[in-house]
Amino acid sequence: MISTPSRPAIAATGLRKAFGDHVVLDGLELTVASGTVFSLLGANGAGKTTTVRILSTLLSADAGDVRVAGHDVAREPDAVRAAIGVTGQFSAVDKLLTGEENLRLMADLHHLVRRERRQRIARLLEQFELTEAAGKPASTYSGGMLRRLDLAMTLVGSPQVIFLDEPTTGLDPRSRRTMWEIIRDLVAGGVTIFLTTQYLEEADELADRIAVLDRGRVVAEGTAEELKRRIPGGHVRLRFADADGLDAAVRVLDQAARDNDPLALRVPSDGSLRSLKALIGQLDDRAVEVDELSVHTPDLDDVFLALTGDSSREKVTSR
Amino acid sequence: MSTPALAGPAPVKLRVHPFRDSTTMLRRNLRRMLRYPSMTLMLVGMPVVFLLLFVYVFGGTLGNGLGGAAPDGAAAGRAAYVNYVAPAIILMTIAATVQGTAISVAMDMTEGIIARFRTMHIARVSVLTGHVLGSVIQTAISLAIVIGVALLVGFRPSAGPVEWLATAGFLLAVTVALVWLSVALGQVSESVETASNLPMPLILLPFLGSGFVPTDSMPAGLRWFAEYQPFTPIIETLRGLLTDEPIGNNAWIALGWCAVIALGGHLWSRRLFNRET
Repeated sequence: MISTPSRPAIAATGLRKAFGDHVVLDGLELTVASGTVFSLLGANGAGKTTTVRILSTLLSADAGDVRVAGHDVAREPDAVRAAIGVTGQFSAVDKLLTGEENLRLMADLHHLVRRERRQRIARLLEQFELTEAAGKPASTYSGGMLRRLDLAMTLVGSPQVIFLDEPTTGLDPRSRRTMWEIIRDLVAGGVTIFLTTQYLEEADELADRIAVLDRGRVVAEGTAEELKRRIPGGHVRLRFADADGLDAAVRVLDQAARDNDPLALRVPSDGSLRSLKALIGQLDDRAVEVDELSVHTPDLDDVFLALTGDSSREKVTSR
Repeated sequence: MSTPALAGPAPVKLRVHPFRDSTTMLRRNLRRMLRYPSMTLMLVGMPVVFLLLFVYVFGGTLGNGLGGAAPDGAAAGRAAYVNYVAPAIILMTIAATVQGTAISVAMDMTEGIIARFRTMHIARVSVLTGHVLGSVIQTAISLAIVIGVALLVGFRPSAGPVEWLATAGFLLAVTVALVWLSVALGQVSESVETASNLPMPLILLPFLGSGFVPTDSMPAGLRWFAEYQPFTPIIETLRGLLTDEPIGNNAWIALGWCAVIALGGHLWSRRLFNRET
């Protein structure tokens, strides 16, 4: 097999998929460098899961070329399967088996020899904080534990490329943080991660590169910083105790805009100390009482809405 | 999908290990059966209940109606009827157990673990053969229990060791055929509920054949169906092996049906498993 160091872990060109009349992927293009985290960001129904299903050999594309770990998914699905691990949106564990038995099942399917099997299972149980629950049926596990077991099962085969389809959807904040830690550790170990998420914060936290998916196409791609720079939206938010304070401020600040909160205003700002000083000075001069001041730089939420336009459609969750 | 000019290196063919993977999947399914014993008990309980019902409630009367050399009196009739009905109950045991196969296959298909198996480099057929082997073992256990109960309530087969061996082999053939069919039925079901209903006809078919009463007592249309449906030659072969009745062509017809059902079920199952959902 010919391999060059610069070979991307995932390369898709002109990817199309329709279910009947419904076009899900409309000429999707993406390239993921080896050893990086790539996040595909999109609202529900944008085509994230379909993309993962095609890249992981579950579904065939109507058109387009896809190579994963150097192999064509249509012509060499087995070679692709040998190189990847998939943790989907719905837990892929056998709930009648214990955590350890689930891992053992994966180890046996990967034909690990006894010693290697024992060591790897013990290590994964410990790494994912499942040692204590190892002998209990997975049906008794919490949501966070199930996701951890699910990912541990994916890792038994030491995949080079890991697909995580909304790995933290439905998890509580603490489990989500734990999951993020685990994902960071994985990348440090050299694997490539393809992550889909509807949480902007998650993409921001984890991804080296982010692609925004809308109606089956990538509408923007870059690092989180690059994407944020593409749109304006920095502002200072002022909150007042009463309507009098707000009215006074409106008279002073000509650029102020109303916020969703009836007692708050947004003043465009680049967030620099100089501009804040000027703003505070203006307010002080007229003795306007401000309850609360906060500085906002554009977040991916703003980017997402700006890029996908139509805000009447289902918005991505920005928790 | 791609133009040959862009093809690059030749496709990589990796080795698969169907036997090893099937053994792994079998182990998984046996474990699942142990963890979910209520289903196993329910599946073996049904034929036992039917056996007791037909022997003790209907047996006295039905036995006297069998004709031939059937002696008079309820007790004598019952004794004759146990021997008549036992092969049907044995077949019903297989049909009931494979209903469990359809249910557990459907349970698997509705859960995420199948997607995991599909994205792994394993012998794909092992997912199905694991179910098939597990169900065959489960059926063997059920059959042992039901035949044991039948012997306890007065079933007196005349079979010698050779006939019992032939019976075991024949039952294995019938089981494999019905299990493959159920694996397909389990996959074609959209839900576990559907999967538990779809194999119902398999349980009813012994009634619409020579299982519980001789077919010549039935009205013409039904009799025609009863004589030509696959379960009648299967029951007649069993009856012949166990109780000295003449078998005639029935054994070959029965084995033919088994081969057709097994092959059809197998091909249908594989096709369903490889479809994209």
